[in-house]
Amino acid sequence: MAEAKKVREDALAVPRRRFEKVNEIIARHGKSASALIPILQEVQEEYRYLPEEILTYVAMVMDLPPSTVYGVATFYVQFSLEPKGKYVIKICDGTACHVRGSDPVKEAIRKRVGLKNEKHTTDDLRFTVETVSCLGACGLAPVVMINDQIYGQMTPDAINVILDKILEEEGDVK
Amino acid sequence: MMTVTANSVFIDNQPVELNGEVNLLTLVRKVGVELPTFCYHSELSIYGACRMCVVEIEGRGIVAACSTPPTPGMRILTNSPRVQRVRRTVLELLLANHERECTTCEKNGNCKLQDLANRFGVRKIRFGERDMKLPIDDSSASIVRDPNKCILCGDCVRMCSEVQGIGILNFANRGSKVQVTPAFNKKMAEVECVNCGQCSAVCPTGALVVKSQVNQAWKALADPSKVVVAQVAPAVRVALGEEFGMEAGQIVTGKVVGALKRLGFDKVFDTCIAADLTIMEETTELIERLEKGIEGPLFTSCCPAWVKYAEHNGSNLLKNLSTCRSPQQMFGSLVKRYWAKELGKEPKDIYVISIMPCTAKKFEAARPEFTVDGVPDVDLVLTTQELSQMIRESGLDFAAVDPDSFDMPFGFTTGAGVIFGASGGVAEAALRAAYEMVTGEVLEQVNFESIRGFAGLKEATVNLNGKEVKVAVVHGLGNAKELLNKLNSGEAKYDFVEVMACPGGCISGAGQPQAVDMNTKKARARGIYHADKLSQLRKSQDNPVVAKFYEKWLQRPNSHEAHETLHTSYSTRARITGEDIELLNSDREHKVDLAVCLGTCCYTKGSYDTLQEFIRQAERNGIKEQLNLHATFCLEGCENSPSVRVNDQIYGGITAERVGTFIQEKVLPELERNKE
Ligand code: SF4
Ligand code: SF4
Ligand code: FES
Repeated sequence: MAEAKKVREDALAVPRRRFEKVNEIIARHGKSASALIPILQEVQEEYRYLPEEILTYVAMVMDLPPSTVYGVATFYVQFSLEPKGKYVIKICDGTACHVRGSDPVKEAIRKRVGLKNEKHTTDDLRFTVETVSCLGACGLAPVVMINDQIYGQMTPDAINVILDKILEEEGDVK
Repeated sequence: MMTVTANSVFIDNQPVELNGEVNLLTLVRKVGVELPTFCYHSELSIYGACRMCVVEIEGRGIVAACSTPPTPGMRILTNSPRVQRVRRTVLELLLANHERECTTCEKNGNCKLQDLANRFGVRKIRFGERDMKLPIDDSSASIVRDPNKCILCGDCVRMCSEVQGIGILNFANRGSKVQVTPAFNKKMAEVECVNCGQCSAVCPTGALVVKSQVNQAWKALADPSKVVVAQVAPAVRVALGEEFGMEAGQIVTGKVVGALKRLGFDKVFDTCIAADLTIMEETTELIERLEKGIEGPLFTSCCPAWVKYAEHNGSNLLKNLSTCRSPQQMFGSLVKRYWAKELGKEPKDIYVISIMPCTAKKFEAARPEFTVDGVPDVDLVLTTQELSQMIRESGLDFAAVDPDSFDMPFGFTTGAGVIFGASGGVAEAALRAAYEMVTGEVLEQVNFESIRGFAGLKEATVNLNGKEVKVAVVHGLGNAKELLNKLNSGEAKYDFVEVMACPGGCISGAGQPQAVDMNTKKARARGIYHADKLSQLRKSQDNPVVAKFYEKWLQRPNSHEAHETLHTSYSTRARITGEDIELLNSDREHKVDLAVCLGTCCYTKGSYDTLQEFIRQAERNGIKEQLNLHATFCLEGCENSPSVRVNDQIYGGITAERVGTFIQEKVLPELERNKE
């Protein structure tokens, strides 16, 4: 009972705490236009993506046109305007990885986490799957990165073992 | 032949003396070679991205002329085989990525891309066609945006941010997905675009065009049940001729009237008479304010783009904005309210078409305040360009049209009404009136030269019965923004401020024929002041017909009747549409929706503290879990910020200190009520 109450309280407090954080971030970096990129970086860390309404807020506080903030947020690959999953899986598709078969690995991942069509993020916001151009670990090709962890010499089977483990930790025994 | 000096360069082997030119483009154009450009505009910053203006410099190769400064001794080739090759490739690449439906494009015949492709004889494109088809945005009352035709020159981006100080459009995405778009890919009607159209005036292609309503005009003209009347704005008469090969600034008033009659208009009237009326009303308003000593300058309200800008930017401004409707709307109101009756007609039987230099007038005419019982005061707004389109369609030879004169009663104007067409005109006309109204003396010298012309900020001081009245004139909203900042900081102080959104005033409206350079605009302004000089009467207060209107219909300036017919009110507008920021999310059955506004006005008045205080106090009162707390971007209640919304009710002036009482008085009772 007490447990459930706490969970609910946390849920209520999370968006609020994040939003307070946004203010704190802007205050720390100041309102000059050159601070925009570091501010967006930190906001993204907080929300895991850049929600439109938060970008509008940032633009308003910094006295910039929202179109400028939107331009910057869509220019850099590191920024995402869509929510990202708890696990961000990056599959390297640089030349070395591609030649060594990154495609089948990608397909295996997408199948295992249940992604269809053009989508990059699962509906339950657990996984985001992206291809990137080079992770700089060509010696280990093909390479997959899950959050900050690098996995080298991947095959469809090998990645499935790793994903199974994550899903198990998530309490999703399939 | 010119002699070679230490300060010479060679253009196509001809020596040319440098004379302070900042870039090769101006230099080369000066010697009579018309280098092609897309992204160069003398009024905007240099971007150097389109690569259309390339020249070859010996020893350096190909450079963009617009962004390369000349240095003595430079040898420049403007048409070498390499230059020709690069140019052609640039054009072909642009065309490959551009939807090529020229025959049905609004810009057909008026398009720089088409023009240059033609000039350089591009007949074949070596690259594939674009495969994306992006949606066309026609949400705006004034502008249609077709991203499939954009060549990414950035002209509109710089116009809206540098000249207008707004920044609606910008580059987004990267690589092959780059687009010029409003924030978050929103529609133009969902952002704070003021419909000035200046972006479309510089767009070299059909990517940004003025919304055409020519077909609606033809339909009305063909409808026998309608009396179709035209009103012609002052700036039209000094520009329409350009579309038919006449010189800029040539006054073609008579021909415009003649042509409109031949197109089938039943009556052709002059908006200038409504401008005279505006002066009577606005000057009276100004004098009243001066007498009462009301703080802050009175801002003019003739420019609908400026009015919308003010509505997006808040409360302080709106209470100082003149309540006068613009001349276009005063005219419409008089025609539908009184003149129709004299004719024995219902307002709906009269169809008013305005001929305007302006794209924002389309938006203004559609504002709900200016529709009475479902009948708009002004039914349709056509730009100067749209009128020229109709004239061409009809086959009329404009140059040969017999001049005609405006119909009465709305056909008699003074010079004061005509100068509304140029920046400074409204203020000058108002000063001509204010002087006589306040002092009771005749004003002999009617010209106020210091507020004419193209300087960004113009000023005049007039002594009215011992009081020094300070007047400022700005044009281009970027200049207006700067002035507003100075007014807010107390650095500047004025009694009367004229604002026109377009640089140079209505003569440079986006509905005018495309003006290639400053000289065209200057010539139009000269035409306007010339027309004023030729007028028998030069002061609005001398207009005998306006005097009649007061006698017959309106009693006197600022009377109750005049207020009903000629004035309006304003309300604040959100700057962008979008979702709220979620802060607390209650899943209780009994809950209250509470939204705190974090829009610009409210934020600057401390609404963030209000928000924090709500969270704190909600905890203290133990109602946190019953609150759906949101931060929202504009409750459009900026007159009394910070604003808060409880369920559907908006409350103003809720500063952090007031939150405690507010919860007791409004939020808790609302929760109680929910439980019942
Ligand atoms: S119409 Fe005016 S305000 Fe709107 S995007 Fe174009 S330049 Fe900017
Ligand atoms: S919309 Fe027109 S002016 Fe703007 S970038 Fe595209 S082509 Fe250039
Ligand atoms: S005009 Fe020089 S690069 Fe566009």
